[in-house]
Amino acid sequence: MSGWAVFGEAALVLIGGGIVGLFYRGLDRKIAARMQARVGPPIRQPFLDLGKLLVKETVIPKTAVTWIFSAMPFLAVLASFTALLYLPLGPFPPVLDGHGDAILVLYLLAVPALAMALGGLASGSPLGVVGAQRELVMLMSYEFPLAVVLVAVAWRVAVLGFSPAFSLGTIAMHPLWTVVGPLGILGLAILCLTLLVVTPAELAKIPFDIPEAETEIAGGLFAEYSGTYLALFYLADAVRTVVLAGLVVALFLPYGIAKTLGLAGAAAQAVDLLFWLFKVFAVMVVAVTTVRVGMARLRVEQVARGFWLWGTAAALGGLLLLALDKVVMG
Amino acid sequence: MKLSAFKRALWVFHVATGSCNGCDIEIVAALTPRYDVERFGIRLVGTPRHADVLLVTGPVTRPMAERLKRVYAQTPDPKAVVVVGGCGSTSGVFYESYNVVGPVDRIIPVDVYVPGCPPRPEAIIDGVVKAVAKLEKLGAKV
Repeated sequence: MSGWAVFGEAALVLIGGGIVGLFYRGLDRKIAARMQARVGPPIRQPFLDLGKLLVKETVIPKTAVTWIFSAMPFLAVLASFTALLYLPLGPFPPVLDGHGDAILVLYLLAVPALAMALGGLASGSPLGVVGAQRELVMLMSYEFPLAVVLVAVAWRVAVLGFSPAFSLGTIAMHPLWTVVGPLGILGLAILCLTLLVVTPAELAKIPFDIPEAETEIAGGLFAEYSGTYLALFYLADAVRTVVLAGLVVALFLPYGIAKTLGLAGAAAQAVDLLFWLFKVFAVMVVAVTTVRVGMARLRVEQVARGFWLWGTAAALGGLLLLALDKVVMG
Repeated sequence: MKLSAFKRALWVFHVATGSCNGCDIEIVAALTPRYDVERFGIRLVGTPRHADVLLVTGPVTRPMAERLKRVYAQTPDPKAVVVVGGCGSTSGVFYESYNVVGPVDRIIPVDVYVPGCPPRPEAIIDGVVKAVAKLEKLGAKV
C-alpha cells in the first residue's frame, strides 16, 4: 500500500473515531439518564459541550509549570487517537498493521493516564496533585491485570502458530472460543470479565472516578484545566472509550455477521463495520454505562487492593486455566 | 466569539457563601429526575475553572467575601453570575447584621437575581436561562 493511501485511511479513521467517540458519549449519557428515569441530554450534547469549551477562555494558573501544563492535553489526545490506528475495525485490519503490536497499544492506553497525572501535578493546585497521585495509584493497580489478559490471549494465538501473534489484527482474525476446550473457555471468560472490570478503571469512570472525584477533590486532575485544554481532555476521554471497547471486541468478540447473512464484497464489509460499531457500543453500555449508574465511588485503597489481589488473581487464574487447557487438549 | 454554543451546554458551579442550605437543596433538586436540568445540557461541575455560570447562595459572611471574589476571578470568561435566594439578593433576614458584608452584588457583579426563601427549582432554572440570554446579548454587542 502506498504512503498516501495509508495517510488517507489514517485521516478517515481518526476523524471517524473522534465523531464516533463523542456520539457514543452522548448515547452513554442518554442511556444513563433513562436508567435514572430522567429525560437526559440530547445525543449531540458532547459536541455542544466541546464547542462551548473551545469558545471559553483558557486559564493557565500562575503557579503552574506552564509547558507541562499546556503540553499534556495534546499528548493525551495524540496517544488516544494513535491507539485508534492499531485497532482492528471489524472487517478491516488496523491501519498501521505490522508497524506495532498489542504491547504498543497497552502503552498508548497508559500514556493519556500519565499525561493527565503529569498535567495535574504541574497545575500547581493541591487538588490537582491529589488527583494525580490517585491516578498513578490506580494506573499501577490495574495495569498488571490488563497486561496479563492481553498476554494470555496473545500467547494462546501464538501457540496456534499464527504470526505475528502480538498483533491485534492477528488476534482478531483468530477467535479463541471455538479453538480451546472447556477449561480454556472458562479461562477466557474469566479474562474477559477481568478486562471488562479494568475498562471503567482505565477510563476513570464511576466507581473508579477517584482521580476526578468532583465532590471530594473538585475535579482533581482537571481542577485547573479550562477552555481548550479541557476540551482536548474531553475529546481524548471520548476516543479512549472507543479504543478500550474496541480492545475488548478485538480480544474476545471478533466475530462478523456478514458470512452468516451470506453477503460478500463491499456489502459484507459495510455490514461487518456496522456490526463492529454495535459491538463496541454494547461493550461500552455493559462495562461503563450500567456500572456507573449502578455503583457509587470506591475508596482509593479499595481500588488498589481490589486490583492487586482480586484483579491479579482473576487474570492469573484465567491464564493458568488457558495454559492447563493447552496441556490437557494437547 | 460565538456564544450560541452556550445556550445548550451550560456548566454551573455552586458557591455557598454562608447559606442555610435551603437554596442549596433546591439547586440539587433541579438535578433530580423530576426537573432534570441535564436535558438542557446544564451540568453541575466541581471547580470554577469548568464553569460558565456561578450560582451564589447565602448572604456573604465576612470570611466568605474574599473567597467569593477569588472564585469569581477563577472562572474563565465569558461567565454569568446568578444569585439564588433572598439572602444573596437583599441580605434578607440578615440585613445590616454585624457579620454579613453582602448582599452578593456588593462583592461581585451580578447578572440575574432569583428571589425566594428558598426559590423553587423552576425559578432557578429560569434564572440560569435568563443569564444565558444576557450572555448572548453581551456577545452580540462585542
